[in-house]
Amino acid sequence: MSALLETRGLVAYYGDFQALFGIDAEIREGERVALIGSNGAGKSTFLTSIAGLRQSLAESILFDGAPIGRRPAAEVASLGIALVPEGRRLFASLSVEENLLMGAFNRRSGHWTLATVYELFPVLAEKKNAAALSLSGGQQQMVAIGRALMANPRLLMCDEISLGLAPAVIKEVYAALGTVSADHGVSVILVEQDIELARAMSDRAYCFTHGTVSLSGKSDELSREAISAAYFGV
Amino acid sequence: MNWLDTIIQGTLLGGLYALFAMGLAVVYGVMKQINIAHGDFIVLAAYLALGIVAATGLHPFLVVPLAVVVFGLCGYALQRTVLNKTLGAEILPPLVVTYGLSIVIENALQQSQSADPRSIKLGALETASLQLGGGLAVGVFPLVMLGTAIAVAVILEVVFNRTRLGMAFRAVSDDREIAALMGVRDRRLFGYATAISFGVIAIAGVFMGIKFAFTPTLGPNFLLYAFEAVVIGGMGSFWGTLTGGIILGIAQAIGFALNPGWGILAGHLVFLAVLLVRPTGLFARAA
Repeated sequence: MSALLETRGLVAYYGDFQALFGIDAEIREGERVALIGSNGAGKSTFLTSIAGLRQSLAESILFDGAPIGRRPAAEVASLGIALVPEGRRLFASLSVEENLLMGAFNRRSGHWTLATVYELFPVLAEKKNAAALSLSGGQQQMVAIGRALMANPRLLMCDEISLGLAPAVIKEVYAALGTVSADHGVSVILVEQDIELARAMSDRAYCFTHGTVSLSGKSDELSREAISAAYFGV
Repeated sequence: MNWLDTIIQGTLLGGLYALFAMGLAVVYGVMKQINIAHGDFIVLAAYLALGIVAATGLHPFLVVPLAVVVFGLCGYALQRTVLNKTLGAEILPPLVVTYGLSIVIENALQQSQSADPRSIKLGALETASLQLGGGLAVGVFPLVMLGTAIAVAVILEVVFNRTRLGMAFRAVSDDREIAALMGVRDRRLFGYATAISFGVIAIAGVFMGIKFAFTPTLGPNFLLYAFEAVVIGGMGSFWGTLTGGIILGIAQAIGFALNPGWGILAGHLVFLAVLLVRPTGLFARAA
């Protein structure tokens, strides 16, 4: 089976600062891949590069075998790549339902509609007319995930969706994410600070250190010691 | 001074100022872009309408839809070819470029149309009025002007709050990057916003040309009124902008009634008072 998404020597810069030094990674259809690593290791940069928010060399990102590195974000989105951004970044002046509808702006058809997102997160149905930012942190994260699902993505990228949430809420959010990948075959890349959670939620993992991949492998085969060593770059 | 009459006349005048302001509010609301040539485009629209009336003999009111279409297309083209290139982290480039446009338009009009005052003739309708009783009368044309302003506010509110396009406008205004992640092509969307803005400018231009004797250099005054109406009303709702325009109109009418030299000044004073007391505007939507 060939890769759904593949990066080849992906690099990224912020001005003179180089954030990624040639990342080779891949994710297959229906696979769940975790990215772990300390702050500033390049995980978010990796996701925003794939999403098209930063321009890369065309051939350094392949989706379904086609080079997409130079495509702008709006075009990448239409291919079926969705990002749940770090810090949620909901549209402040839109209601919960409008935020979800924005996710479907591309009109990609599939399983996910308002009805199925409300089924996944019933609490959002009750609050659909509320201003998005009036919700609790966990509920806002559900809106952010629902908004990404509304695009009916083939690849869903989640950037630290547990950040700032209560443990019970984290469990709920990840349970929903598990459903999404298991029942609907969506490939998931997730960035997660909690290493145990990341391993439990993924098939494979890449450990990022200073903009390079320092370790990769099957999640259940990576030892805690090896991850710690890679995590701290020692 | 007859207070009631003055307030009625000011309200009607305010309809025109609201039309000036709503086009400005659209582009500022969607992409925080300020068009310094806004007033000059209003004047340009008046000359365009004058030209169409002269060439075709159409009634000025019938020229409005034509002017809206022509200006809307011009606005879209201007945004896509010029103004989009000025949008970025810096706030200065759009100001400088539209200031340049303002100078170009004024001089081109002066060169081609001369500095003589012009106006668009409305015939008998210009002086037609409705008697309200008690010695009060309102002109039919100013009523049409206010009614049009209210209609434009209603349409803009519906477009922004009830349509997919409006939802995308608000989303882009909130977070351009995330909107792009949703598949919103922001540069095209900015083109639509400017097209709408220029459509409103065209309406404002025709009514201004009927109401006032205009010259090529009046644009900056109209820009100022538009700014003042937007600031008085506050960003976030076109009802606020409409009300801001009407408050400005009433302030000017009262000023004029007290002393012919005080009209414009009274408008500025009300604007300053609002800035001091409620800098976000009287009807700003809570952020």
